[in-house]
Amino acid sequence: MLSVRDISLERYFVPVFEPVGFDLSAGELLLVTGANGSGKTTLVRLLAGVLRPSHGSIKYADDTGGHRNLVYVGHHLAIKDDLSVLENIRFMQAFLGPGELPVEDITRQLGLHRVRLQAARTLSAGQRKRCALARLHTSGRSLWLLDEPYSNLDHEGMSMLDGLLRRHLDSGGACVMTTHGSLRPDGFRFRELVLQSGSVQP
Amino acid sequence: MSGVQSTGALRALLKRDLLLAYRRRSEMAQPVIFLLVVVSLFPLGVGPSPQLLGTIAPGVIWIAALLATVLSLDSLFRSDFEDGSIEQFLLSGHPLTLIALIKTAAHWLTAGLPLVLLSPLLAVWMNLPAEGARVLVLTLAIGTPVLSLIGAIGGALTVSLKRGGQLLSLLVFPLYVPLLIIATNAVSAATAGLPFAGQLGLMLAGLVGALTLAPFAASAALKLSLE
Repeated sequence: MLSVRDISLERYFVPVFEPVGFDLSAGELLLVTGANGSGKTTLVRLLAGVLRPSHGSIKYADDTGGHRNLVYVGHHLAIKDDLSVLENIRFMQAFLGPGELPVEDITRQLGLHRVRLQAARTLSAGQRKRCALARLHTSGRSLWLLDEPYSNLDHEGMSMLDGLLRRHLDSGGACVMTTHGSLRPDGFRFRELVLQSGSVQP
Repeated sequence: MSGVQSTGALRALLKRDLLLAYRRRSEMAQPVIFLLVVVSLFPLGVGPSPQLLGTIAPGVIWIAALLATVLSLDSLFRSDFEDGSIEQFLLSGHPLTLIALIKTAAHWLTAGLPLVLLSPLLAVWMNLPAEGARVLVLTLAIGTPVLSLIGAIGGALTVSLKRGGQLLSLLVFPLYVPLLIIATNAVSAATAGLPFAGQLGLMLAGLVGALTLAPFAASAALKLSLE
């Protein structure tokens, strides 16, 4: 699904992290860990194609003419404050592709049904995160890139995300997730990539 | 890609930008009010002689329109850049060039078109003869999309700077100079009863050029700003 060869990014001629390489196949979950400032977000943005690596190469298995078949949820949630939750989700779907569920069911599953008609500016940080996670309800995007997806989520939100992730992996998707500290997906088999040392530990 | 047509996504983007503009309509009204205020200051500054006002009207109205457009340019990409929407656009797989074009079109519809619609009133205000007023509206209708398109390049270049507004105006004003000269010349020529088709032709050529080239430059600048 994804094949990464010795990529690194230099900022002002200093590499952000040691060169990293790994292969990701269908159904796999890769956890990227490391201290603050070790380059977790940078790595995910490289994989998403927002940044270009200074060295090395990234190959996507189902890359068709520059189209990357992925969903990225990062720190910037790309939610419009002046639009309602429903309008935000509808716009995500227009851009990324519709999901299997109708929009109303997605809001129900995200726990946002009660506030679906409210402007996004009125949401709490956790609710905003849930709204951004609506991107994961698009079908047919096989690679998920999640940057600290558990931050701001409560227990219920975390288990909801775990449920989505399990379904995604079981149906042949793959996921790269950054995390630090104790927030980890519960009961998953995963590989871990510790940044700084830059080696994949099985 | 998962079968999402770019046309559908772009239509949704245009709809979203217009809806956002509507929700922030007090902000959208600012360039229009600015134009009104600037033009109405001139009779106070240079004296109320109808003759004089009629002579300087094309230049005054056009310069005020330039200033009003530049005021609104900074917000063209900024909020989408700051909340991560531009990142999402980039990796959605839809062409960023067309996305920049659609956003520019939304900008013109909400910031440029109102100026065009307001210009007949300004022409009366400044005592511009009817013949010149007609051509003034025409030059603004052709010219304001060019202002938005060229401005989009500047907006995309300065979007990663915290206070890009002033740099943006320094960047785009020199590029507006040819347009200003040709447009005001056309209006003066029409007022004097001279032919003005050549000037309008040049402006149309500029519009076609900007329409085909500016979105590429703007999308390249957006990619640069993300790094």
